[in-house]
Order: sequence, then C-alpha cells, then structure tokens
Amino acid sequence: MTEAAAGDTLLAVEGISLQFGGVTALSDVSFDIKRGEIRAIIGPNGAGKTSMLNVINGFYHPQRGAIRFRGRDFSRMHPGFAARNGIARTFQNVALFRGMTTLDNLMTGRALKMHRGFLWQLLRYGPAMDEEIVHRRVVEDIIDFLEIEAIRRVPVGRLPYGLQKRVELGRALAMEPELLLLDEPMTGMNLEEKEDMCRFILEVNVQFGTTIALIEHDMGVVMDLSNRVVVLDYGRKIADDVPAAVKQDAAVIAAYLGVAA
Amino acid sequence: MTIGERDTFPKLLVLNARRFSGRPAFRHKDRGIWRGWSWAEVEREVRAYALGLSRLGLKRGDRFAIIGTNRPKLYWSFLAAQWLGAVPVPIYADAIADEMGYVLGHAETRLAAVEDQEQVDKILAVSERAPALEAVIYDESRGLRDYDHARLHAIDEIIADGRRALAEDPAFNAWLDNELVAGSADDVCVIMYTSGTTGRPKGVEIVSGRAIAAVSDSIAFDRFTERDEVLAYLPLAWVGDHYLTYCQSLVAGFCVSCPESPETVQENMREIGPTYYFGPPRVFETLLTATTVRMADAGAIKRALYRFFIAHARRYGEKILNREPVPPHARLLYAIGQFIVYEPLKNALGFSKVRVAYTAGEAIGPDLFSFYRSVGLNLKQAYGQTEAFILVASQADDQVRADTVGPLMPRVELRIAEDGEVQYKSPGQFLGYFRDAAKTAEAMTPDGYIKTGDAGFLDQAGHLHIIDRSKDVGRLRNGALFAPKYIENKLKFFPNIREAVAFGDGRDFVTCFVNIDLTAVSDWAERNGVTYGSYQELAGHERVTALLADHVRAVNRDLASEPATAGARIRRFLVLHKELDADDGELTRTQKVRRRFIAERYARLVDALYSDVDTVDIATEVMFDDGRKGTIAARVKICDLAPAAAASELVDA
Repeated sequence: MTEAAAGDTLLAVEGISLQFGGVTALSDVSFDIKRGEIRAIIGPNGAGKTSMLNVINGFYHPQRGAIRFRGRDFSRMHPGFAARNGIARTFQNVALFRGMTTLDNLMTGRALKMHRGFLWQLLRYGPAMDEEIVHRRVVEDIIDFLEIEAIRRVPVGRLPYGLQKRVELGRALAMEPELLLLDEPMTGMNLEEKEDMCRFILEVNVQFGTTIALIEHDMGVVMDLSNRVVVLDYGRKIADDVPAAVKQDAAVIAAYLGVAA
Repeated sequence: MTIGERDTFPKLLVLNARRFSGRPAFRHKDRGIWRGWSWAEVEREVRAYALGLSRLGLKRGDRFAIIGTNRPKLYWSFLAAQWLGAVPVPIYADAIADEMGYVLGHAETRLAAVEDQEQVDKILAVSERAPALEAVIYDESRGLRDYDHARLHAIDEIIADGRRALAEDPAFNAWLDNELVAGSADDVCVIMYTSGTTGRPKGVEIVSGRAIAAVSDSIAFDRFTERDEVLAYLPLAWVGDHYLTYCQSLVAGFCVSCPESPETVQENMREIGPTYYFGPPRVFETLLTATTVRMADAGAIKRALYRFFIAHARRYGEKILNREPVPPHARLLYAIGQFIVYEPLKNALGFSKVRVAYTAGEAIGPDLFSFYRSVGLNLKQAYGQTEAFILVASQADDQVRADTVGPLMPRVELRIAEDGEVQYKSPGQFLGYFRDAAKTAEAMTPDGYIKTGDAGFLDQAGHLHIIDRSKDVGRLRNGALFAPKYIENKLKFFPNIREAVAFGDGRDFVTCFVNIDLTAVSDWAERNGVTYGSYQELAGHERVTALLADHVRAVNRDLASEPATAGARIRRFLVLHKELDADDGELTRTQKVRRRFIAERYARLVDALYSDVDTVDIATEVMFDDGRKGTIAARVKICDLAPAAAASELVDA
C-alpha cells in the first residue's frame, strides 16, 4: 500500500506507562503491530485494554514511553494527527450522531478529506458538489460492502444496536484507514450479528489490506480472527503470542480464572 | 439479418432492440444509483455474453444452472444460454446445498451462473454430486479472491472475453446470427424445478414456442405495452417471476427494474412506481397490517380521517372501480378521499402507478381483497400452474370477484373430472418432467389433459372456483360434493371465527366445529355487555353461539347459491370449548388444522353432532406452555340450524 511491504512494523508502543492520579492504568507495556495483521488485545475487565487504544490514537497521553508509528517516534499522539495519518477507530459504546442518517454519519468519516471551504459546502455547487460526489462514491462502496443499503436514510438512533455497530465500523472505514482500532466490536450482538461482523473484519483485512487492532471479550472470536494476541492484566502485559500459544499460557489462564498459576 | 419467426426469447430480444432500441429494458440500483440498459445495449451485452459462454464450452442442448436473486446479469444469463440453444435451469437461491446438489446432478448442468460467494460455496460443497459441472461463473466477486479460479470466472470476464473476440474477428457476428436463427419453437427454453411437498423436485420442461404463445395471450389480456414497468422481487427460480419479469417483459418490451437488495424492495417500489405488480396474499396481508399498526400510532386527526375515508371506500370504492352506478355525492367524497388518504396510502406502499395487480397461490380473504380494491388498486386473482405455463384462469378488469379465480384464459380447455378434480390443456403446457417419464405419465390423463390435483367447479358465469386439494374432497352419502377446506375458509373469513373444522365425508349432512377468535369476540362482548370469566365461558355463552350461528347461516346462503356446493350446507355445529393448538397436536406448526386427528380426539363431539343430543359433557387433556398437563372439562352445546328448513333444502339439493 504505502512505503513498506506487509510484515513490517506499522506501529509499536514501547514502555508505555499511564497513570490517573494514583491509579496505574498501564505500566511499562510494549508490543508492536505489524502491517496487514489482525492484532487482538485481550484481558479481564479493568486490565487497561481501552486505555491502550486511547493511548495509540492520542486520547490519553502516557507519562512514560514512546509510540513508533510508520517509523517515526512520538512521545504522545494527538487524535487529530492520528486521524489524518490513517488511524481510525470505533468505540466500546457506539459514538454516532444519533439524529443523523446512516449515510450522513458515514459522510462525516470523509470530513478530513474534504477540502472545499465552509461557504462552498453551503452552496453545494460547483467544486464542492464535485468533491461531494467523489466522497459519496466511496461511502456508497462502503454501504454496499457492509450490506446496509436498506438503512441508508434511517436515523441511526432508530437502528438496533448491532446495526449501529456496523454503521460505526462504516464510518471508520470511510476514513480509508491504514490502522483500524476496534474497541469490542461484537458486544451486545447475537450470534448471527457476530458472524456477520467477523466476516466484515476479515474482509476489510483481506480486501483493503487494512491493519486491525481489536479488543474483544469473545474468546472464540479472538482465536479465530487474530494473527497475534497481546494479553494485559492490571495494566501489565502478561503474554504476547499467537492465539494457540496464548490459550495454553499459565499466566493467562490464571488471570482469567483467578487461580494461582 | 432476418430473425424470421418470433419463436424464441433471444429472437424477441433482437426484435425489441430494433422496435424499442432506445427504450429502457433493465434497471438495477447499485451504489445508491439506478443504472439503466436500453434494449439495444442489452442485445450487445447478451451477444458478447453468449459468445463468451460458447468459448467456455457451452453448446446447444447443454443445461445451464442459474442461481441468485433478481439481478440483470442473471436474467441475461437466461438469454445468453438460450441464444446458444442451451437450456437454463434456475434454482432457488435459498435452496440448501443438498437440494442444489440434487438438481445440478439430475439436470447434468455443465455450467452454473450464480450471484455470489454464498452460492459458489454451496456448489463447491456438493460438487461431487454434479460430475457434469465444468465451471461456475459469478456476478459478485466479493470474498472470492482467494478461491481457486481454475473453474471459477466472473460473468463480467466472460462478457469481456466475448466482446474482445467479436472485435478481433467479425466472423463471430455471423456465427452468432446463425446460432440465433437455429433456435426454434420446439426448443425446450427452460427447465423449472418445482419443489414437491413430497419426494424430489421435478424438472418441468417448458417449450419456447408454446411459452411465447401463452405469454402473448396474457399480454393482450391485460394490454401490456413497452411503457409498463415492473420491479423484479420474486424468487428468480419461481415460475411466476420467470413468467412476469422475463417472458412478459420480452414479449411486451417493458422494463424490468432490479432492487438494490432484498431488504430495499419496498423503498425501490416507491422509486420506480411499477404499473404491474404481483404479490402472494401474504404480502398484501403484511402490508395492510403494517399500515394499520402505523395508523394506530398516528395523531388523532390523521386517525379519524383515515377511519372515515376507509369506511367510505369500503362502501363505494369497489363499485367505483367496477364502474357500477354510485350516487354523485359518494363519488365526490371518494374523490376527496383519493386526494387525502387513498393516493398517499398507495404511494407509501409503492402502488401509485399500478394499473394491474395480481394475487394467486392461495385463497385471499375477501376483506383483504376488497380493501385494496376499495382504495383503487386494480387487484385481481388468477390461477395457474408451472405445468400450464402458467395461467389457466384469470380475472379480466370487469370480471373481478373475491371468491373466484376468474374465467378461463383464451385457448385453455378445462374440464372437471368425476371426483371434482380440475383438468386442463393450455397453450403453454409443459413437454414433460425432465428425465421422469413415469411422473409425466402420472400427471396426465390418457387423453392428454393435465391433472391439477385441485378440486373446483365452474359456476354459471363461467368463473372457476378452486375449493380444495382434490384428495381432501369427499362426498356426502347422497353424493353431494364435500370440500372441507372450502367451507372452513368461508367460515374463517369472519373475523369472529378463528378456526373451523368441517365433517361430512360419508355422512348424511355437513357439521362443523368452530373456534372463536378471542380478540374479536371479547371485543364484541365488551361492546354488547356480555360478561365472562374465561375463554371457555365466553365460547359457551349463548349470545356468542347465536352470533356464530348467524355467520354459519351466511355461509350456508353462500353455499346454496351455487349448485355444485348447495348440498354441503352446514346442518349442525358447535363452538369448541378450547382453542385448537399446535402444542396439543391439533394444528400443524404452520397453523393448518389436522382434521383426522381432531376427529379422533373429539370423537364424542363428532358423534353427538350426528345424533339428536343437544349437549355433551367432555373432558379434554391439554398441554400448558410450561409443559404441564391438565384437563379441561366442559359442557358443549350443539346448535341446530333451522332443522325443518335444512331438511327441505336437502331434498331439493
């Protein structure tokens, strides 16, 4: 896709520590995400998974540690910079514009790529219209991809939860990200919706070559989807390996089952 | 090039490309935009497609499976295959892999054109049962990137390959013209597998010339032209869709629009505004229920307007549509209603421009049927069979009645056999079941009539009534025809009656059980000051019995109006003390009554109906929702309908 081939490190976090007052959310966490892989971050509740994603896309600023993205070092990331440089995400609790339609929500995903000024946009004429057509085409491809044609004009607040999650994935895809961060994309879904979502995640990865980092509780999903898994517990990294190996790891079993290893 | 006779569908395509070259032939909504193809463009695409298929090895006489939803390229697959003299075999997109494997194997299809990955996966799963299958071509490439493409191609590639070959060597044009002209009226143009309720599906072979003759009759019947519009939403492998969106479109030259996805059909209907529509009764019922529910949520003014104008339409709407005399003030009010309620309602349902709408497949409730007619939708009924390809009877615009399927179509010969079975010969009738001479022989009479398995009769006006499956039709002891489902349906059309079970085969007269509809009857009870404590008490109330007796009398009057059914009037009936329930085995899971089981379970009640007693005590074991069992004991009263009159009527029946 870009400068480097698949298999290179796209993003690495090194020695990340994050504290809120006296509470340590992350302590000395390091791992990398390779270009083109699906990387899962798992761990019990409160292990620091969402904090880790927030550090990666710049919502939280760690006290220590560095983020290496596309070969450049950052001591902290900024959400705007992350978004402009190909990092998109979805949220654990859907964060869409509830009063807006599916189509409009997806179009907001294109906002960073629209260059015409506010007044042009207001006129919806000439260059602004041409630009909108280009972006609309991208969005329509995503609508087709996610099979949400039937809800194009429905305000997202009226959609069932599973579909809202799908729309949110669509909005992240509209940014044409290089790295997609998914925070529990399957929570609150029934089996069929989960299967659909798995299929979409795999297809995004295969068809667009998008690198994906996801947090997920459903172990079946994690083991099926991901290439490598990093396990956090109380803010520390306790394992980092391929799914089969992680499943056998004594520390991981202990963390999940709460028994001494 | 001269195409000669109009006896194959590809020839009609070429003809349409000349007659209506710039007019739209197909539309498909993709990426939120309606994209269209003119007849001339479709001809070019199909020529290239046919050549591409022949380069893939498809030859005259080969079978070619087509599987998917309503998409232009799948309809073109029929045309391209027929161009080469190959026989398309459409298969239901929702068929499970096992059924698909059976049809692919039985038809020995050499190629299959499918919609997407889902269908490719199913075919790959059963490929060892279809040894003749050489390659699969697909419309939607998504998810297929990593598949082995040795025997897998995109339809677009096949068309592009044909186009390239045509550009390189113009001699292919002449070759294609020859292939087109080689097609004849005697070619089998399609094999439609019908899902039998028992046993394996049978492949109905339809003949090109006969199909075009039958379809031409139907085009003239409803005066379809190239300016009509349809939306293709019915299953591609169902004979009705093939007839309506493929055959009729090619004969009349009208445009077929393919929806964006199966979920967007309603929205796409509104966008396209079809002039011709077909829906099974269930679809009309769902639409009406959705409308009623939405109206219940509407504001008070809207609700009042809706109720007022729908009531007015119920009174005069059908008469206006049937061009019967109506007082001028009623006509004026109807016109206002059209503006305020009827047209907006039809618009919301996508029926604004519908000129001809049909329903068929099963009996439609007269209330439901007249609702749509009363708001100005020209809804009609028809009766047909795959083997007839397709229409046997159909209602003309001025001959619409809720209780018949209409007069016979032109050139259909029909007779009623000894046992009441409807038998016919039709201009489009099938050649036989593919590779199944035994079943073909079973389906025909020795003198060449096709047996429908349906019992029916022709009334004095020449309308065909379908009353039941002929195997379920019995006779009273005096020889009168007894069609239980026909009687039960007539009873069930009353909202107060939920279920009915009729008895009479081999008896002296007809009797029946009825089940009250709790919602409707409790509503009635509230309005009429009838108090009750339980279902059983309400069902046993004498005023409820009187109410139902009125309904039964009305059905009897209706039955008496036709000589064929006059003997089967209901003499005695009772209101059941418990609701018939699938949990107790009394209904099937699809809510059909299991007549024989009920007759055994309630043998005491049946015996009582055929005796002189007026009341019976009965205890019935029931299964509760939580799995516990219990007994309901009741005293059931039997209602005798004017015995003296009934006896005298029986004499003249």
